[in-house]
Amino acid sequence: MQITSPSFKENAREALDDEQLQRAMRHVRGNFVGRRQAAIDALPEFEELRDNARAIKDHVLGHLDLYLEAYERKVEEAGGTVHWAETAADARGIVLDICRMNNARTVTKGKSMMTEEIELNDFLEASGIRPVETDLGEYIIQLRGEHPSHITAPAVHLNKDQVESDFRRAHTDLPADRDLSEPVQLLSEARQVLRQKYFEADVGITGANFLVAETGSSIIVTNEGNGDLTQTLPRVHIVIASIEKIVPTLDDAAQIVRVLARSATGQDMTAYTTVSTGPRRANDLDGPQDYHVILLDNGRTSLLGTEFQDMLRCIRCGACMNHCPVYHTIGGHAYGWVYPGPIGAVLTPALIGIDKAGHLPNASTFCGRCEAVCPMRIPLPKMMRHWREREFERGLNPKVARYGLKFWAWFAKRPSIYRFVTYLAMPLIGVMGGPRRRFRFLPFALGWVKYRDLPAPEGRTFLQQWRDRQTLNQDARA
Amino acid sequence: MTDPETTAPRVGLFVTCLVDLFRPSVGFAAVKLMEDAGCVVDAPVAQTCCGQPAYNSGDREDTRAIAKSTIAAFEDFDYVVAPSGSCTGMLKKHYPGLFQGDTKWEARASAFAEKVHELVSFLTDVLGVDKVPAKVSGKATYHDSCSGLRELGVREQPRKLLKSVKGLKLTEMAEADVCCGFGGTFCVKYSDISNAIVEEKAAHIVNTGADMLLAGDLGCLMNMAGKLKRKRSTVEVRHVAEVLAGMTDTPPIGGR
Amino acid sequence: MSGRDAILSRIRNAVNASDDEDDPRRVAVSARLDFPPRGVIPARGQLGHDGRIELFSKMAEKAAATVDHAASAADVPALVSAYLRKRNLGARLRMGSDRRLRAIPWVDERTLQVMIGPTEGSDEVTVSHALGAIAETGTLALASGRDNPTTLNLLSEHHIVVVDAADIAGDMETVLDSLREGYGKGHMPRTLNFITGPSRSGDIEQTLLLGAHGPRALHVIVVGGKGG
Repeated sequence: MQITSPSFKENAREALDDEQLQRAMRHVRGNFVGRRQAAIDALPEFEELRDNARAIKDHVLGHLDLYLEAYERKVEEAGGTVHWAETAADARGIVLDICRMNNARTVTKGKSMMTEEIELNDFLEASGIRPVETDLGEYIIQLRGEHPSHITAPAVHLNKDQVESDFRRAHTDLPADRDLSEPVQLLSEARQVLRQKYFEADVGITGANFLVAETGSSIIVTNEGNGDLTQTLPRVHIVIASIEKIVPTLDDAAQIVRVLARSATGQDMTAYTTVSTGPRRANDLDGPQDYHVILLDNGRTSLLGTEFQDMLRCIRCGACMNHCPVYHTIGGHAYGWVYPGPIGAVLTPALIGIDKAGHLPNASTFCGRCEAVCPMRIPLPKMMRHWREREFERGLNPKVARYGLKFWAWFAKRPSIYRFVTYLAMPLIGVMGGPRRRFRFLPFALGWVKYRDLPAPEGRTFLQQWRDRQTLNQDARA
Repeated sequence: MTDPETTAPRVGLFVTCLVDLFRPSVGFAAVKLMEDAGCVVDAPVAQTCCGQPAYNSGDREDTRAIAKSTIAAFEDFDYVVAPSGSCTGMLKKHYPGLFQGDTKWEARASAFAEKVHELVSFLTDVLGVDKVPAKVSGKATYHDSCSGLRELGVREQPRKLLKSVKGLKLTEMAEADVCCGFGGTFCVKYSDISNAIVEEKAAHIVNTGADMLLAGDLGCLMNMAGKLKRKRSTVEVRHVAEVLAGMTDTPPIGGR
Repeated sequence: MSGRDAILSRIRNAVNASDDEDDPRRVAVSARLDFPPRGVIPARGQLGHDGRIELFSKMAEKAAATVDHAASAADVPALVSAYLRKRNLGARLRMGSDRRLRAIPWVDERTLQVMIGPTEGSDEVTVSHALGAIAETGTLALASGRDNPTTLNLLSEHHIVVVDAADIAGDMETVLDSLREGYGKGHMPRTLNFITGPSRSGDIEQTLLLGAHGPRALHVIVVGGKGG
């Protein structure tokens, strides 16, 4: 996938001018926010569960090596195979080997951000294997040759009329005069088209919401049932998960599950929470004959022990972007890589480099809504600020901003010069504002006056007037 | 005449650079509110900016220098109060973290942070003020500025005091707790995005039919006022302190 | 160095691990795995037998499932027949070889045709027996195996699940405990499905629609009822 994060500003401009996108994004602010709030209001223990969810993941991160080893032992005991991949390329290679060993021609996929991160689909296609996305949203964007614009709702940037025309273009064997004007008709059509694919596939690939060290299980949390069909019907099931997905026990998973769906969609539980352990057993009549897990690092260990470690608590619920005013206005594609919104602003620089993703941690008002809703209490604004510090140290931020800031800081550090200059300047600027008391245009504040008037200062500064008042009071006392 | 033996709390007003330069009347409103509640207020002249522009641009060294001079100017007061959730958040929540590893300054910054309060919550939560004698007629809507709301928990306090203002009707806008798109340097660096956010906010404000917009942070107020005025809205924009102090003779922010 | 060793050694460096056998980190990990701490259990599900059944039904219906109550297993066939008739479905169903399902007197409903075994997707109606349920969220727990093949949970249009009232727990943790008891600590069935309502998608304009890739309808029959 082409990284377009460096042109974030241009991407954002385009997104703002895209009427279809703007229409679609209304559904995000309209739906996710209220549904989450209603679910949380109905669970008095929610804040306590958040604390415990955070504690569980912090405990895991401090003992990650040991839990990974314990998990590996249990997977093998259950007859599964664990593969370790340091990089995206390693993981792709392992997938391909497994597919080749099984003469796979078609793989079905459950929704997985991890496979987006390693760009698995392009790679499989180039290797002659057909990947079929089965999550409705993922299926739609695969038809369009796009990437997800949201981590739980991949097609959130689209409207139903766009999906209708994609389906008409792709499903040419269906009657041309069929009615697809309602979302439910689109859903039925996707169900019908994809049903056959599950049976045709040789390999099913899913991600994992949790890997459980106690039992060697992988857990997926879904609504459509596509992930379950993907991991039940093909002969081989491959799980691709990054190493921080580990939880110690089933009980720990049960704790985090309670905050996951509520934060993501406002459900108490998603329709399917599925625990898979190894391949089918002697007494099983269905299920895969081979079960593989690929444990992927891809930069995770480089966050461990740093000021970005908290990011590894992320459970990919999407609440941060659902509540982000910046995401609401520009959608996910403008961020220019796999992870949009606040988690993208922190994760993307770590995974593709701050030199390419420099805009992302800067394009935030620090409104703090992401941190306020994050079920894992990840201090997202703080970590965005850490990235800004790294950029500043390396001189990566734009020169104009840097010098402007230095200029301001020079005054801020020298109160007497600050007073002298502002005593002289503010009354003058105040007068320039005229009777309307605002500026429609100011040459040194173009970014401001392009869209808004600038309120003019009242005149003499507060400190100037305060000094006069103190002098008057003293004179009165004297 | 002040009695040197008085037990009245001594409050240092951190007026904030925006209020100092653009809207001194907010500073005087803050002084009036606190003096009426029995405080002795002073505004040390050795204050400038809280350092947020540097802090949020990743410049820790300048931030620390600014923080040191602010702490030195204010640490002798019983309380330090600012008419801004954002600057209060900086002084209270972020200063101590700047000095990690520097035990002496970390302790000073923490002791200082303990004394820092946002103006309206200081009045209600510390001084126990539950009504004001002000009279201001009109229909107002209140925007929750982000830092005040989410870093300091300021939400009910301003609404409670505004409800005691005679002649004032308070009406809630949709998404009052959503950012206005100001974000300090963000509004200039990412002006297109900032504009889209404040457009939305302005629409919510106008939809209430209120004739007055109030908030507790001048940065946000200037942003929203600038957008409302550009859209030729007649909504008057004021800092909440001006209304609570009954000091609405000054023309509103950005004019009428 | 293998990928495994490289990853583990980077982690060990980052967390300052020691090779010591009695490293407190090792002790902490084995303690947690051997004795999973309970965590925060919402009060909502902590009810008596009748309260749990009531809450389970309410929460399952909130998740768009339908719920019937049977005084005993003998009443199940009539309820299933009624369900099929009401929706104008054929009197055919497929189920696994679960002995509790086999013990149900299906022959009482003379028109009902019962097939045994996993499904390949052509069955409109499937029946499973849950190993338990969770009142807190209206969730069913189903384990794979010959008794209740997983495909029966996924490939039909209408999935009917029978659950014993006595197996309705307050919370997920209680169900997990009974799994540990049934399969042995640290062991699991190949697939454990926690199912809460029929399949759904909100991917088109965030409008929630039932019947995505799994069953369009989920019908639960609670056997045993209150006071039982």
